[in-house]
Formats: sequence, structure tokens, C-alpha cells
Amino acid sequence: MVSCSKLLNTSQMANFVSDGLLVFNGLIPESINSEVMRELDDGKIQGRAAAAGQPLSDLWQQSHGIGAMMRMAEVQGIIESLVGPSPLYDHHAAHRVPPRHHEGQFWHVDAIIDVRTHFDIQIFYFPHDTPRVMGGTLFLPGSHLRRAHEFDISRHQNFRGQLPIVCPAGTVVVGHHGLWHCAQPNHTDSMRYMIKIRINPTVRQKLLWDTSDLHDPDVPNILSRNHGWYGEDDRLEICNRIKLWRFLVGDDKYDVNYWLTRIENQPS
Amino acid sequence: MALRQKLLFLCTASPSLESGVCSWANYDGTGVEHHTTGDSDTPPYASVLQAMQDGWRVLQVPQLLPPQPGYELSTSYMKFEYVLEKLEDV
Repeated sequence: MVSCSKLLNTSQMANFVSDGLLVFNGLIPESINSEVMRELDDGKIQGRAAAAGQPLSDLWQQSHGIGAMMRMAEVQGIIESLVGPSPLYDHHAAHRVPPRHHEGQFWHVDAIIDVRTHFDIQIFYFPHDTPRVMGGTLFLPGSHLRRAHEFDISRHQNFRGQLPIVCPAGTVVVGHHGLWHCAQPNHTDSMRYMIKIRINPTVRQKLLWDTSDLHDPDVPNILSRNHGWYGEDDRLEICNRIKLWRFLVGDDKYDVNYWLTRIENQPS
Repeated sequence: MALRQKLLFLCTASPSLESGVCSWANYDGTGVEHHTTGDSDTPPYASVLQAMQDGWRVLQVPQLLPPQPGYELSTSYMKFEYVLEKLEDV
């Protein structure tokens, strides 16, 4: 078990439910980042998956780069807060965007349409500085609860509120599996790397974080955030976040601003 | 000289042509402009109507489709997508 001080707090969990992602700038120290870069250059981090469905802890046990990164208490705390102890490895990818690659990737959702209330997480790890000219990954906060299949969203190019990850080395983004995203062009003369790791829960995702602040009064405001790009659908988005929050806290009566209680009222 | 088509996709906050633009994409059949994901943070027009006033012709108006029973709270793809065109000589 991860110590309570490394687990996420209630506010961070509410932000994850609202935005579909959390950003930890510069979380990983330079000593590990540089080792990861060496492992990438030496081909020690294979470009594609090991066997899916094995315990995540079985991966990279001898590695002082990617393995050390995944074993960091802060990273373990993020994983355990969101998907719980003993998670499974799904797959990973060491993404490379070559120098002077001027095309952005199409907007997409990973894997296939997946509307479980249980959710997987994806860790996006940026082992070197990633300025805007180098691209980074572009995310659409608040998109994760939409029913969308893979590249069906590829006709879009820009959204209000889109979030390019412009970050220092060692930044980790953790995202819900349904988050809309795309890789950005790399206009520099250097290769850009980003390592993505998908992780599955093996336990019911309920109150897994540091719940000492469970009744944080700011949670309703966080869950009511309007990201702007979905126009008049904001109330529907809030309702879907309330449903996910009910699942996470194990309270099927939880509500914000009476949204669900009103439409569930069916006196006999 | 030959005519080539430029397409502009504008997704709006509501079905009104005067409502704000939430998402936008340009596809330039003249080959002059190059657009890709993430290439701008502000929409080219505040509304479809403003784009029309700048000479864009509306090709498609989104239909209003009621949600399937049981999926009234579900969200999915952008609902109000307008397709606009300009024809230009090349």
C-alpha cells in the first residue's frame, strides 16, 4: 500500500472526474529521465506491448529508467488512487515523433468505444522538455465521458479549451481511457519521445484515494466546471460526472445542484 | 483557371447560426493553406452567421435528432456541425 501522503486527495479526484486528466509537471527527477532516454536510445524500452493482462509490477523490474519511474512512490500513489492496488498492465507504447514532422495526428480516443463506469488510466510520460514548437500531446479536457469511437472524431482540428502539453522534463499526465487527444507536430530538429502506459483496475474503484478530505466543499464546483467546447451540453456533462462521482464514493444519492435528484423523483 | 473548393467546419454551441463556435476545421482544396490539429486556439469566426457575412456559403445545417430512449443524458459527437464552402479560382 502507498502511504497516504502520496495518494491523491479528494480535490484531485474531482478534477480527474471533471477534466478526465491530471497533470504533474516535472514530477520525475532528471536522474530517472536521463536514464529513460538512454533506455530509449538503446532500444531497451520496446516500442510496443509486452503481454497484456499481467501484473503491472512484473514489468521493467530490472530497469533503472522506466522501471524506476513506475516504482516512484508518487507514481504508485497516482495509480493506486485511481485504479487501486495490484493493477494490470494493458499495453504501452514508446511514441516517437521525428524531427520536422509538420502534421498533427488526428484527434482520437484510444482502443474502441468503451463506456464502462469502471475505467482504465493511461500514463503519458514526457521524459524531456517539450516546448510547444516540439508539439507534445494535445488533450481535450472534459471529453472522456463522451461515447466516441477511436478516429470517428478525426475531422475536427481545433476546439475551444484544447490543452497542449507544454512541459518540463519529467512531466506525467494521467488520463481516463476515454480522453480525446492527438500528438502534435514536431517542428524542431530533435526526435520527440513520449511513453504511454495503459493500466487496468482489479478492484472496485471506490474511495481508493486519501479520503481524509472527502467532504471538500469545493467538489461541487469542480464537478460543475464548464470547459466551453461542448456548448449547451454542459449540464449533461455535469450529470455524467455526478454519476461517476457516485460510483467512486459509493453514494448513489450524491448530487450537485439537484440535477439528478430532480429527474429521479418518481413519487408512487 | 479552375474552381477549387475550400471547406470550413464549424461546430456551434447550439443550433442557432448566431451561437458561438466550439470547434473548427479548415480543408483547403486550392492547396494554398495547410491546416492540421491544434494549429489555432481561437476560432476563425465568432459564429456561422459571421462566416456567411465573410462570403462562406452554408452547405449543411445539422438536423435535430432526439436521443434514443434510455440515452437522454449521454453525450457523444459534436451535435451542431455546419459545413461551409468557398469556391476559388486557382
